Parts: sequence; C-alpha cells; structure tokens
Amino acid sequence: MNKLKNSILKGLKKIAYPVCAIIVAIFISVFFVIWAKEDSVFHYFSTLTDLFSVIWKGSFATKRQAFTTLEYITPLIFTGLANAIAFKTGLFNIGVEGQFMMGMLAAGIIGVIPGLNVFIHIPLMIIGGMLAGGVWGSIPGYLKAKLGINEVINSIMMNYIALNIINLLILRTAIGEQRKAATPIIQISAMIPRFNNLSRANIGIIIGIIFAIFVFWLLWKTTIGYELRAVGNNPQGAEYGGINIAKNMIIAMGLSGAIAGIGGALQVSGILHQVQNFVDLPGYGFDGIAVALLAKSNPIGCIFAAILFGTLNSSSKILQLNDIPKQIVYLIQAVVIIFIATDYIVKYFKEKKKKKVIVNG
Amino acid sequence: MNKVIEMKGITKIFPGTIANEDVNFDLLEGETHVLLGENGAGKTTLMNVLYGLYQPDKGDIYVDGKLEKILGPNHAIKLGIGMVHQHFMLVNNFSVAENIVLGLEPVKGIKLNLKKAIQDVRTLSEKYGFAIKPEDIIEDITVGQQQKVEILKALYRGAKVLILDEPTAVLTPQEINELGIIIKNLEKEGKSVILITHKLKEVMRMSDRVTILRRGKITGTIKTKETTMDQLAELMVGRKVNFTIDKKPQVVGTEMLRVENLIARDRRGINVVNGLSLTVNSGEILGVAGVDGNGQSEFVEVLTGLRKAQSGEISLYGKDIYGKTPRQISECGISHIPEDRQKRGLILNYSLFENSVLGLHRKSPFSKGMVMNYKAIREYCKKMIKDFDIRTPSDEVSASSLSGGNQQKLIAAREISKNPDLLIASQPTRGLDVGAIEYIHRRLVDERDKGKAVLLVSLELDEILALSDRIAVIFDGKIVAIMDRKDATETKLGILMAGGSLEESKEEVKNFE
Amino acid sequence: MDNITIIVALIAATLRMATPLIFAGLGGVFSEKSGVVNIGLEGIMVTGAFFAVYGTYATKNPFIGIVFAIVAGMAIASIHAFLCITMRADQVISGTAINLFGTAFASFMIMKVFHKGGQTDTVTSLPYKLPKFITNIPIIGNLVKDLNWFVIIALILVLVSSFVIYKTRLGLRIRAVGEHPAAADTMGINVYKVRYLCVILSGALAGLGGAALSIGITPVYREGMVSGRGFIALAAVIFGNWKPKGTMWACILFGFAEALQIKAQSFGLNLPQEVYAMFPYVLTMLVLVGFIGRTAPPAADGVAYEKGKR
Repeated sequence: MNKLKNSILKGLKKIAYPVCAIIVAIFISVFFVIWAKEDSVFHYFSTLTDLFSVIWKGSFATKRQAFTTLEYITPLIFTGLANAIAFKTGLFNIGVEGQFMMGMLAAGIIGVIPGLNVFIHIPLMIIGGMLAGGVWGSIPGYLKAKLGINEVINSIMMNYIALNIINLLILRTAIGEQRKAATPIIQISAMIPRFNNLSRANIGIIIGIIFAIFVFWLLWKTTIGYELRAVGNNPQGAEYGGINIAKNMIIAMGLSGAIAGIGGALQVSGILHQVQNFVDLPGYGFDGIAVALLAKSNPIGCIFAAILFGTLNSSSKILQLNDIPKQIVYLIQAVVIIFIATDYIVKYFKEKKKKKVIVNG
Repeated sequence: MNKVIEMKGITKIFPGTIANEDVNFDLLEGETHVLLGENGAGKTTLMNVLYGLYQPDKGDIYVDGKLEKILGPNHAIKLGIGMVHQHFMLVNNFSVAENIVLGLEPVKGIKLNLKKAIQDVRTLSEKYGFAIKPEDIIEDITVGQQQKVEILKALYRGAKVLILDEPTAVLTPQEINELGIIIKNLEKEGKSVILITHKLKEVMRMSDRVTILRRGKITGTIKTKETTMDQLAELMVGRKVNFTIDKKPQVVGTEMLRVENLIARDRRGINVVNGLSLTVNSGEILGVAGVDGNGQSEFVEVLTGLRKAQSGEISLYGKDIYGKTPRQISECGISHIPEDRQKRGLILNYSLFENSVLGLHRKSPFSKGMVMNYKAIREYCKKMIKDFDIRTPSDEVSASSLSGGNQQKLIAAREISKNPDLLIASQPTRGLDVGAIEYIHRRLVDERDKGKAVLLVSLELDEILALSDRIAVIFDGKIVAIMDRKDATETKLGILMAGGSLEESKEEVKNFE
Repeated sequence: MDNITIIVALIAATLRMATPLIFAGLGGVFSEKSGVVNIGLEGIMVTGAFFAVYGTYATKNPFIGIVFAIVAGMAIASIHAFLCITMRADQVISGTAINLFGTAFASFMIMKVFHKGGQTDTVTSLPYKLPKFITNIPIIGNLVKDLNWFVIIALILVLVSSFVIYKTRLGLRIRAVGEHPAAADTMGINVYKVRYLCVILSGALAGLGGAALSIGITPVYREGMVSGRGFIALAAVIFGNWKPKGTMWACILFGFAEALQIKAQSFGLNLPQEVYAMFPYVLTMLVLVGFIGRTAPPAADGVAYEKGKR
C-alpha cells in the first residue's frame, strides 16, 4: 500500500510545477482579458470565472463542440511528441513546423492518386508524411551532428523554405489547382474515417495516442531510447559509455521530423483533405513546443498537454463572441512557456537553500 | 623585520573535510615564503582565505600589523595583496596591455587610451625585468609569458604581497629559471612573495622559508637554508602506517598492454602526452605515479578512445587498438574506472540499474535486438549492489542520490563485472572514505590475482605504493622511470615526480635510507 | 529603364530591406558580445514593429512611434535578461518564449486597439524630405532619394557600435565579460550589470529594427510580417564574426536577396515569387555551413555566469 502511495506522491510532485504554471498563466491572462474588455480590476474574480466558463463552454458544451475540440487536439499530439523526442536528446527542434508542413504536402500529393484501395492508400499517406518530415528533420540534424551548426537557426530557415516550396508547388505547378490556391481534394480512399458528421474529428487522434505510447516505449524500453536519453542527459558520460553522439543526434532529429510529418499527413487525410496556400507558418509546431515543455517531454504527458492547448485553441471562436479577443489563447500559451521554461525558478530556490546550508554548516 | 602578513589560528571547513585546521602562517617583508604540501593538503585553500575568496570559520588575519576582515578579491587588492592563480584569468584574444588594465582602464574623454595603457605596461614591465610586449595577444604568447602578465596585473594594482599558486607547474626549466630571477627582482623592490608548490627542487632554490602543510595542519616552518629535500619530503608526505594489503606473490604473466611513443596534443598544440611508452602485464598492477597535470589524464583518455592521439602505437595482447572508438576498445576487453565519476562515469539522472549497464546496454542479455530487457538488467544490478556492498535504498534511485563512495563502487562494480583483460583505474579512490578505499583496493588486487592486467593511475603515493607490483613515474608527458615495487621508496618517487633525477639526489637518497 | 537606373533602384531596395536586419543584427552583436544568446530577437522585432505603428496611430507622430518601438523592445528584452542572467534559465528556451509572447501580445493588441484581426490600419509614414542640393547630385542623388531615415540611422549606428565596442572602456569590459566572465569578475567588473545593459540595449535596437520594417517600409503592421528576420539577423551576426561592420555587410547581402524579389521583373528574370522568397533563407543556411569554424563566438556565449563558481 505504501509503495502505491509513494508512487502517487511522486507522480503528483512531477505534475505539480506544470499545473502551477498553468494556473499562474491563467491568472496573469485574466489581467489581459480585463484590459481587453476595458473592464475594472475589481471584476477580476468574475472575469476569471467568465474566462473558464467560456473556455469550457466553447470546447465541450455541445457534442458538436466537443468533437470539434478533438480536431484541434490531434495535430498537437504529434507536434508535441516531435518536440519531446528532440528535447530528450538535448536538442531543440523548432523546425517541427516545417516538418509537419512537408508531411502535409506529401499527403496532399499521394492522396490524389486514384485507384488505390483504402487499406493501401492511408498507410501510404502516413509513410509519405513520415519520409517527408523525416528527411526535412534530418538535414538540420546532420548539420548539427557533423558540423556543429546550431540546429535552431537552420530549422527555422527550413520552416520558411518549406513554406515557400509548398506555395510554389501549389500556385505554380500542376500539383495545385490554379484557381483554388490549393491541392485538389484527395481521393476518398485517402480519407481517414471521421467519427461522425458533427465535426472533422477522426481516428487520427487514436493514431496519435498510439504513437505517444510507441514513443514512450521507444524512449524507455529500447536501446535507441536509452542512448538518446543518455546523450540528452550527459553527452560526455554517454561518449564514455561507447555511445555515438553524432549518430544519435541525427536519429533524434530524423525521428522527430518523421512524427511531425505523420501528424501533417493525418491532418490532410482526416481534417483538411487538401493543402492550401500558406500565408504564414500555421503554428502547429510552435504549439507543439508548448505541449512538450508543459509535459516535460513525457510522451504520455504530451497527450494531456495537447488536450489543454487544443481546448484553448478550440475555444477561440467562442471567446470572440464573448468579447474576449481570441488572441488571449496565444497569450496564455506564451506565458505558460515563460514559466515552464523557467522551472529554473524552482531550481534557483533549491540552490539558494543548498548554499545556505554549506555556508552555515 | 616586520610581518607584512600574519594568519593566526585559521580554520576552514567544507562539508566533509577540514581543509585548514588551526593554521598559523606569517610572511616577513621582502622574503619569499613557500607553502609546501601534497595535493589536497590545504595550501590553496589557505591562500584563498587570504585573498578573500573564502571566509575563515575561525582565526584572524593581520595585514601590516592591523587586524583585517578580507571581504573579497577587490578588498584584498586594495590591501596590497595580489594573487596569480594556477589557472590564469586572462582573456585569450585581448592583448597583454588590455588584460592588465581591465577594470582600471586609462581614458581620454570617452575613448579608451590604449596608447597610455601600453606605455604604462611597458614601463612597469621594464622596471621588473620582464621581457613582455604590451601589444602581444595572450593566445600567441607562451605560458611563461602569460604568467608574467598575471604578475604584472597584480603589480599594476599596487600589490605589495604576491601569492603565486603552483607557478612552476606549467613552466619549462628555462622559464622556471627566469621566474627565479623575477622573484629576486621583486624582493629587491620590497615586495614579499608567497609561493604555493609541491616541487621540492624549486623550494630549495627559490625560497627563504618554507611552511609545510599536511592534511590541513602545519607540520613545520623552517628556514630553507637549514633544511634538505628529504627532510621536506618527510614532512610533506609523512610517516604514516603504510596501508599494506595482503597480496599474494605476483604470478608473472604475459605482456598485455603495450604503448610506444605515444604523442597527443592539447587545444593549444602542446604535446601533453610526449612520447610515452610503457607495458602492463597480465597478473600485475602497474601504478603510474605523478603530479596532477603531467599528462596522465590525457594518456588515459587516449587509451580509452576519448581523445585522438597524434602518433604512436597502442596494442592489446598484440592487437592494434590505436585510434579505436570507446565502444571498440571496450569490446576488445578494456574496462575503465574514470577519474571524474560524475562527468564521465555515470549518467547522474539515470537510475542505478540504467547506469549499471552503461556500455553494455547493447549486449545480451541486457537487450535483445532493440528491446531492452530491464528484468535482466535489474537482476544484474541487484547482484552488483550486493556483491560490492553499495549502500542504497533500491536499484531504482537515480545515481545522483548516492554518496561519492557508493557512486564509485557502482562504477567499479560495473567495470570489474565486465571481466576485462585490462582494467584501467584512474584516481579510483578520490574523495572516498576509508572503508570504500579499502574495498576498492581489495577488488583491484583481486583482479590482479585473477590474472588480469591493472593499470592504476593515481595522485596518491600511498595508494601506488600499497597496490603496485611495478611503478612508473610520469613527468611532463613521459614515463621517466619504471621500477619494481621493492626498489621504490617515497623519497625516490617524490624526487622523480618533481622532475628531479635519482642520480643528482643519490647522496640524499642514500642518506635517507 | 536603363541599366543604371535599375542598379540604383536595386541598391536602394537592398539598403531598405537590409536596414531592419542591421538594427536587429547590432542588437544581436551587443547581446552576444556580452555572452547572452538572444534567440528572442524575432519576438522583439515583432513587438517593435507593432508598437511603432501603434505609437504613430495614437499620437499621429511617427517619431513618437519610433520611441514606442524602442521602449517596447527594451521592456521585452528585460524579461529575457531577467530569465537568462538572474534566473540562469536556458537561453534558447527563454528566447523562444519571448518570441511567442511578443507575437501573441502584438496579435492581442491589434484586436484591442484596431478591433480587427490580422493587421492594423495604415498610419502616417515617416516623412523623408531631402534638400535639393543632395537630390540633384547625379546617380547618388537618385539613390539617396529612394532611401529613408532608418537606413541612414542604421549606417550611423553601425559606426557608433563599432566605436563603442572597440574603442571605449565600456566596450572592453563588454568583450571581457563575453570571453572570460570570471576574469572580468576578478578585476572588479560587475558581470551581471554589463550583461543586463547589453541585453536591454539589444532590445532597443531590435525594437528599432521592427519599426524600420513596419513604418519604415509599409506604414502598417501585418501579422507575420517579420517572418524570420530576427533569425536571419542572428545568422548575419555569425557570418559577420560578431562584429558590427561584418554584421552590416552580411545584412546587406541578405537584404540583397530580398530586394531581388522586388526588382527581379526589371531584370527580366521571371522566376516565381516563391523562389525569390526562399533566397534569404537558403542563403542563410549556405552561409552557416560555409563559415562554420571560421568565425568564432565570444568564448562564454550562451553560458550563464555563476559568481563564485570555480
């Protein structure tokens, strides 16, 4: 009985900080809401409850809305996982954005191929997304591993290159339908089944959960995961243990990109059914950073973090109708990251306590 | 002659050790006073207290007869105390002048007056007989010259007392001579110098008085003229009960490891391993004795594949292993207990059982193909914990929660359990308590008795003498002597480790024995 | 159009496009010279771009708009400074958080102030009238006519920055703090103070860069208008070997890549718009690959300083 209690306590301790961060972020965001509505600070508490109730209503009030929320959650599971794998290896794959988009492109192209059986077509879409994203992620990975070039700048460049390549193909080549500024709608055999006709939510979310479990298994039950985490924890100790640091960096970035690519492919297969011209980076990858940070790079945690941020995103329309700017959603997200990224605040105080002991002891 | 510095009853405690215990030390005006002791004796700590980097737990400091509480380096500098650290505090791509005036820069309006800085530095440098060009960039000048820059930094700020921490550790013989002359010039100008060192030769040549520290306590303060190298060696190393291990007589085996003319460079292009040759036989412990910084760490890194060598030959049982990766070397049958257990030996955030197979994780039964077999790993780890008496609540805790001694036991357990042909142990008992030390020693001897080859690299002379069948002394990146244990004495080794030769000190050696 | 006119127009466009990068790049130089990596330049530029427009809208005076941009940039940068220097947080994550926050905040403010999504109203642009005797100079006069005040300020600031970093006492200390903070510390220099100064200054400069982008080119703020320029500026810093003048040349190169997009028609080069749009990004990657190892950051760049850690 005690062992169970201990592991529950340990589990609670682990999520304590992320939960605190969310709460603090929401509290701070309420100030922004008040400012937006030009309300008075004395109405803080009512604004807080308003905010919560609107978010809740907007995401789960009706069956239709609940299923719509699933639409928003699905891609975030994938991009969250992608970021988590990179973080675990000590890398920052800010290029998930572009890798996701390349996955979308691959699916948009493969999805149009006629005359394929659905049981072949959908796996083909997924494989296409995996390869597209995997290659797109391996490039900055290789540059970092072999040449030591900062993966952050390179990944960001590749995000914009992806954007332009896709736009180029859609707008200027036969891949896109000229007047619609998008690829043609994919074949029915390429569409992943939706749950119902209330929304576009589909079994992609189940695939996402399966992948989360897979990534968890990979990281904690395989030799690959053992080596990746070792490199992320202590590259010198890993090197001593015979682990090839460069190889593992490339694997991490490639794997990260592959999962992002699968997410993109499923987004097209299940929700969008085509790839439209991008005006700006869509943001799935950046949301994924928030998901991974909140989940402390735990794959299963990513599912829950994706639910949180997906819900926030989904409620944006309703917020708008209630005079709360939907941008509040981005703000909450940004503030959460600021606090999460600095769980160093906790470390800071821990270290201060330690120092006091040494000086006095 | 008045005492410019007087330290009375200084005690400084760190968690786990008493670094200085009731230490009395004084410095007379115009003298050069050496602070002598082995690694870890407490010399640097004492001087860090004087320089304000640490606050003493007990005791007082008097500067020029006045009681002072030295709050920090800036305060010490204001009081006229300057320190030249063992690891230089110089900005590599700045010029000599820029480094010296940093913080006290001469200005013309808002513009930095580099011309005046250069002029001031040149004047100062000529005054003390340093051959330094103020415009030179630090990374282009020799280590000896860099040291002079550090000394000039202190003099520029008006230091009257100069503390030099292990100044000869990185100098060539000629540069050491130059340093001797510089110190004489400083004395002529009325400065007083404290030299921290463990090198007996320099003590005899450069100092007026010497104070010996051993394990935090003073064992003597003598006028250099009235003492000899062996008396100093005795006060430094001490007459302790030699910790002897019950050893079976050696069963001489075959040659296992052969290293010939190994050369390896550091980042600055200097040969840190400089033509090193040795052999280790199976069934023996070869101890490599030497002062820290003479290339032993880098040598071990080359042997274990963590550092690339320039040239040379390394073979294990006849098989060439030069230039192989850490994994390949491990598979050839070499295990390594690293000198930095937290940086190299363990993944601190990993659990004990995850650490127990570091390096073995791809082998069966610990993994089959890609899948790790944690059941087998945990059994393996539990057996290790039992066999090696590792104190831990369970095998699941993270390695960072273990004490240093238990961490080291875990690493030793892991490496010995690999059943290697050659076991390399680098500072295997650094920072451990007596019980853990005994235990590790016992296991090393067991391996030797089983017929394995053991290469022991250690800064602790006692350890080398207690365990080794043969002893090699490393100095300046080379092996300068190899002898059987029965021919080795502390004095002999001390002299060799300090760069001396047995020929020169033959008289002293004979007299001592 | 004759060739000279086209070339002059191209040079002018290059300078105009390079200017926001130059400001941000100078910010990056100061920050990194003192040892703090500032990935958040992008977010600061976004904030600066927005606030320049907002300030101009609120006061009908573009000069005040610029002041707004600088102050906003400094405010956001001080968050980054606090997180990285005092809290010793991971500088890359902190910078990313700043990016997201800056974008989110600007987005939020568009909604609040202008009551519509996506972009603000157009505001008064910065007046740029040069005396006749300058504009009448053949060729050069045409070139200068086509610039704006931001370009001129940027070029002046490059010279000023170079002077400060290499010829003043402050510059010496900044460089010491970035190379060997422990050494600077032992010489009595307050490492934290110097780093705070440099990071906040980088915020001011990046904010100014954002202003140069919004009211300097099209007097409107549109979501996504910064599109990675903050990161290109960082690459320019690397390419320019962490020196103001080198960074400026790198920014001009990237600005050229962008200007091509605008002026390509006149050359008769008819590649699709997207190909031109990719130039700056591909160029950045090539530059990084080509120059790796040949330029070196300050030795303590990206490493949080802990006083007393030996």
